[in-house]
Amino acid sequence: MTLLVSIFLAFLTIGLVSFGGGYAMLPLFERIVVLDNAWLSMERFVDMIAISQVTPGPIAINSATFIGYQTVGVLGAAVATLGVVLIPVTLVLSVAHFDRSFQQSRIVRRVLVGLRPALVGLIMASVFSVATSAIIDWKSVVILGVLLLMLVRVKAHPMVVIVLSGLLGMVVYS
Amino acid sequence: MSAWKLFFIYLKVGAFTFGGGYAMIPVFERELVMKHHVIKPESFYDTLVICQSLPGAIAVNFAAFTGYKLRGYTGAFASVLGVILPSFAMILLVAVFLFRFVEEPLFEAFFKGVRLSVVALMFLAGWKMFKRHRSGFGLFIIAITLSMLLGFSAHPIIVVVFAGVFGYTSLTVKAVVNHDASR
Repeated sequence: MTLLVSIFLAFLTIGLVSFGGGYAMLPLFERIVVLDNAWLSMERFVDMIAISQVTPGPIAINSATFIGYQTVGVLGAAVATLGVVLIPVTLVLSVAHFDRSFQQSRIVRRVLVGLRPALVGLIMASVFSVATSAIIDWKSVVILGVLLLMLVRVKAHPMVVIVLSGLLGMVVYS
Repeated sequence: MSAWKLFFIYLKVGAFTFGGGYAMIPVFERELVMKHHVIKPESFYDTLVICQSLPGAIAVNFAAFTGYKLRGYTGAFASVLGVILPSFAMILLVAVFLFRFVEEPLFEAFFKGVRLSVVALMFLAGWKMFKRHRSGFGLFIIAITLSMLLGFSAHPIIVVVFAGVFGYTSLTVKAVVNHDASR
């Protein structure tokens, strides 16, 4: 029961400060889920990001469901998912209700000018810590180079690249 | 448009859009603006801006906003539930049936490869965003937040609050200075 409550509170917090959505919220996930509570190992955390990419839906929902399930089971999945959407949805509904004033608000505009570049910093920091756990030897550096080339030069679809990287991993590491 | 109809539209988009929330936006546009004509093109983009300015997953925010506008609180509830349900169900399936094999050597080898594509995808997403912030002000904030996170392992919440306060303060100061200079 206490675990359920702490999962709910953790995801409520993530929902409150997850500006920018997607990858920008991963450092906070990592902090709370991997470092503070050890609900997942860093490797599992990265696996989870990959799974979020090949299953439909927003990464925040996928992660909350996954982590909730891994820690408590189906009930945990439901509680974590509820937690992560509760505050954003409440905020959206209040803006939708009162409208106008928000978009033109000078305060909101000025805060966002500072926040947008910070999201780049958050993503890059996350890339760094994901890379630290994913790059294990020189072979993985070569694979990473191949994947980057496929994405940039060949413009391969991310899902294709993810599946291919898994097959490469099976060939190289088993 | 009934709440049921909203539920099914969002369920469909939620079930068939891979690659995270941003991939859903064009599909929302096709469904709500072009196919069902329930949202005007210009208010579609206004709504998008609002949803991006608030915390949370953009697809969920978008569903809540449009659901509320079209059918009140019931509509918001139906839309959010619709957009969440497919990913919730899919992840449960993966977690229940797939992840029990995760300790198998072949599975582990597969994920050793997959982790590298996560690095590549995240790096490219960050790089694309980086290119839009190459002003002095943007670079300055990126440098500060990166060193806070990596050098001092600052809590991400502190970094977000700092960036918001910094943006607000510097623009306010700039506005005051410009105002004085123009007098």
